[in-house]
Amino acid sequence: MATTAPAPARSARPARRRPSFGRAVAWTTMGAIVLVTLLPFYWVLRTALSSNPGIAADPTSVLPVEPTGGGFERALGLQSTKEAVAQGGAGGGLDFWRYLLNSIVVSTLITVCQILFSAMAAYAFARLNWRGRNTVFALFLGGLMVPSIFTLLPNFVLVKELGLIDSLLGIALPTMFMTPFAVFFLRQFFMNIPLEVEEAALLDGAGRIRIFFRVLLPMASTPVITLAVLTYITSWNDYFWPLMVSYSDSSRVLTVALAMFRAQTPQSGFDWSGLMAATLIAALPMLLLFGVFARRIVSSISFTGLK
Amino acid sequence: MTVTSSSPPRHLPLTGSAPREKRRRPLGDGAIAALFIAPAMLGFAVFLLWPTLRGIWLSFTRFNLLTPPEWVGLANYERMVNDPIFWDSLKVTVEYVLVNIGVQTVAALGIAVLLHRLTQSSLLRGIVLTPYLMSNVVAGLVWLWMLDTQLGIGNEIIAGVGLDRIPFLADETWAIPTIALINVWRHVGYTALLLFAGLQAIPHDMYEAARVDGASEWRMFTRITMPLLRPVLAVVLIMTVIGSFQVFDTVAVTTAGGPANATNVLQFYIYGSAFGRFQFGYASAMSVALLVVLSVITIVQYRITRAGQTDLG
Repeated sequence: MATTAPAPARSARPARRRPSFGRAVAWTTMGAIVLVTLLPFYWVLRTALSSNPGIAADPTSVLPVEPTGGGFERALGLQSTKEAVAQGGAGGGLDFWRYLLNSIVVSTLITVCQILFSAMAAYAFARLNWRGRNTVFALFLGGLMVPSIFTLLPNFVLVKELGLIDSLLGIALPTMFMTPFAVFFLRQFFMNIPLEVEEAALLDGAGRIRIFFRVLLPMASTPVITLAVLTYITSWNDYFWPLMVSYSDSSRVLTVALAMFRAQTPQSGFDWSGLMAATLIAALPMLLLFGVFARRIVSSISFTGLK
Repeated sequence: MTVTSSSPPRHLPLTGSAPREKRRRPLGDGAIAALFIAPAMLGFAVFLLWPTLRGIWLSFTRFNLLTPPEWVGLANYERMVNDPIFWDSLKVTVEYVLVNIGVQTVAALGIAVLLHRLTQSSLLRGIVLTPYLMSNVVAGLVWLWMLDTQLGIGNEIIAGVGLDRIPFLADETWAIPTIALINVWRHVGYTALLLFAGLQAIPHDMYEAARVDGASEWRMFTRITMPLLRPVLAVVLIMTVIGSFQVFDTVAVTTAGGPANATNVLQFYIYGSAFGRFQFGYASAMSVALLVVLSVITIVQYRITRAGQTDLG
């Protein structure tokens, strides 16, 4: 179809497309998209470093107005109530380090357990021969169809009956053992590992369990890490379920604390500086995680999303 | 979502006889499978299957958490059908979904095509994804601030060019579209990357050939990109619509259902019924309704978009 075209002179480098009006428009659009994407992050930082009176005095200044660390101090609960109120904050005690730790514990617990158990199940579905395998797998797949919102109320009732309301375990429990997606995703990967790998290990006298932990799981490190990062982000960002389950500081995670911080700030003379500082602190761990895994996450989203 | 459960089972023949030395008899596949699947099975049964059945059952009861559920038959459903707030919140939810999905799909498609046709930069792809790392709570608060009527930079710019300030989140007409667009901001990069992956699967020669034949970018988009991307687009659409219907977090931190129920999305109403008024039975009935709506929409979408079929080849 294309062979009739005169072959362009092949220079050492592939010919750059001529700059054209269309391409200029396209790049401008791309620039606008990047701006809309990133500007809010800068604006949060700029606001967090400004003082509340400064924000009111000069709302459009690109640089922080009357730069101060007060916002961060309030968000971290480092200011005395008197100081906080004087600077426009609520002065309610917020123990951000506690919430940070809670978020880390919950997300880590969910991620580690969910991935391990899902991988084990995925291996059983992909590599072991047992009666009823296809039926059970179809049942698991059916679980993909149930929207999470539907199970939240009954799960709340259940967690209450288990006496786990207001505990970190109660927050982690529903997604700790598996998600149909994780099982499905890892099963795909295990099915593609050549049988010979496992056969060789069997001949060496290794049992199935050892083979799984010593041979196949390490081979699956790429999809496992990908899935782990995405699971971590999802559980870190979850708000609805932790909101239902946690009532006190002992189980409050960052997202819930942040919404609470917003509810506490006075409606007149809103503490934007403190709120944006808190927002930034809550968002920072995920930005750091992304900094480390960006390439892997970006290139694997296609894979997780559609396969 | 290509389900490959029809592929032949791959498993190893049992070769337990190899080692000569006397070992404990190795466990059979069945026993190991039972062991391996036990935790996931437990989680599935206790936190997915059982709650689903129980949720349906609870929808036929009156239940306030303190006393045992009391069977009331279809009373909750009757109440639901006659509850104007329920219909209102369903309307608000649909309005939200339409704006959210409409804008998001077009924008994501645009971004994906730009990324695909303009550059292979993974930095740009990373940048586009950053809002996705934020929680809905964070995204909600950030835009609550940016769009604040008095001091927000958005309104400062609007006022700066001489227009009237818009109370984006405090006005009945603006609130839902604003919340929908905030969630577009958070999710559009993720959706764009899914579509971008679909675009990557289209053979590059086709564009080269079309270009040689003198086709414009627009023509290539309508004749090559769109038809070949359709199956991926269909799946992405089904996924995002289901996600979009479950909006809650952003509403909870920005408008809390107001002003005057204008953003009282179904999820929020369900939450309020359960935890504000302790009507767990009624809340469950509305959850069932949402489940039914979602199922119907999914099936219809699947049929209409022929999501299972490909145009490649």
